[in-house]
Amino acid sequence: MQTVSAATAVSKIPDGATLMIGGFMGVGTPERLVDELVRQGKRNLTVIANDTAVPGRGIGKLIDAGLVSRTIASHIGLNPETQKQMIAGKMAVDLVPQGTLIERIRAGGYGLGGILTPTGVGTVVEEGKQKIQLNGKSYLIETALHAQFALVEAFLADYLGNLSYALTARNFNPVIAMAADTTIVAAEHIVPVGLIAPDHVVTPAPLVDYLVTNG
Amino acid sequence: MDPQTIIAKRIARELRSGMLVNLGIGIPTMVANHVPSDVKVFFQSENGLIGTGAIPEQGMGHRLLTDAAGQPVTALPGACTFDSAMSFGLIRGGHVDITVLGALQVDAHGLLANWMIPGKMVPGMGGAMDLVTGAKRVIVAMQHTAKGKPKIVNKCTLPLTSERPIDLVVSEMAVIAFPGGRATLLERAPGVTTEQVVAATDAKLAIPDNIPEMQL
Repeated sequence: MQTVSAATAVSKIPDGATLMIGGFMGVGTPERLVDELVRQGKRNLTVIANDTAVPGRGIGKLIDAGLVSRTIASHIGLNPETQKQMIAGKMAVDLVPQGTLIERIRAGGYGLGGILTPTGVGTVVEEGKQKIQLNGKSYLIETALHAQFALVEAFLADYLGNLSYALTARNFNPVIAMAADTTIVAAEHIVPVGLIAPDHVVTPAPLVDYLVTNG
Repeated sequence: MDPQTIIAKRIARELRSGMLVNLGIGIPTMVANHVPSDVKVFFQSENGLIGTGAIPEQGMGHRLLTDAAGQPVTALPGACTFDSAMSFGLIRGGHVDITVLGALQVDAHGLLANWMIPGKMVPGMGGAMDLVTGAKRVIVAMQHTAKGKPKIVNKCTLPLTSERPIDLVVSEMAVIAFPGGRATLLERAPGVTTEQVVAATDAKLAIPDNIPEMQL
């Protein structure tokens, strides 16, 4: 793990990169990394996240700046700008049921090729997918998702990179932390090793590549 | 009583102590305001919280404690938080006893459409498909008609949410269940006649001999 500034961390991300970004309606999204993506003007990004928040907040800032060419999300209903760009054909949007999305990401991080889920059977979600029968039930084969970069927001990070999360800001963060080639973490507080008790570490340090320094 | 209150109060009577319950946005959220005081349920927010409490007083919210719409909530004593994989494991894995959701259409067999209107409204399904597929019991909270048009239709024309039929519809006019895959009128709202319910419903309703009035 390396400690770096937000500017240095984001400079590792090339145009056209695929990013998983934590957060649920902006809660638990690493705003400093998002702001830096906008400042450095990274273009043609693919974003995998629960939602695109609202204009001016979290992932919504990337949408506002026109930096995203493809979004894979479960809900975009509260961001009119996302819908506008989708309808105008400026951005491709793949809508995925939320439980399927997080489980595809989990599969990517856990070394699985995909998952079998009953969600979406008999709906438009099954179009173009393999459906299999197992013990008398139908399931869709949903493939694993992987990204080049995961942008994670933690509450506590210790000097080694062990992470814990706060309240509902946990959401996608610990799951995406396992599903990318490079994991970049911004934490609200950076604390001495040992301050996060072993039982309270949610994301183990070896998963973290870059910890963004505070201040 | 306004239509939304009738619906929320009637659905609150379906809750039992110890249940894990997920409420959708809109009328479903109002159910929490009408839970009888002797009934203690666990409310789940799918963004990763069990033990969701009331909306905090102005200035008392925490920016990292929100509901599934990103709005500040409180957490009750005994609350717990978890990531989205566990949250949807709870939902899809059959650990949620009741989910209450809104609807655009429900058909004669109990199939639900509640997530998009092609060409008009494409917000994404969020957690709706997982909830309807996985919860033990699915209750729809909705007004009986929209702009005078029945929402309980013979066959859904809008994209389905799941192939799994819902269990109960509660509107401001009626309670309807789907025993044997057939829409059946169970209760009428106070002052509403069976004929009025039938007239406001496009799907053919099975009408038992005795249709009691809703207890609120």
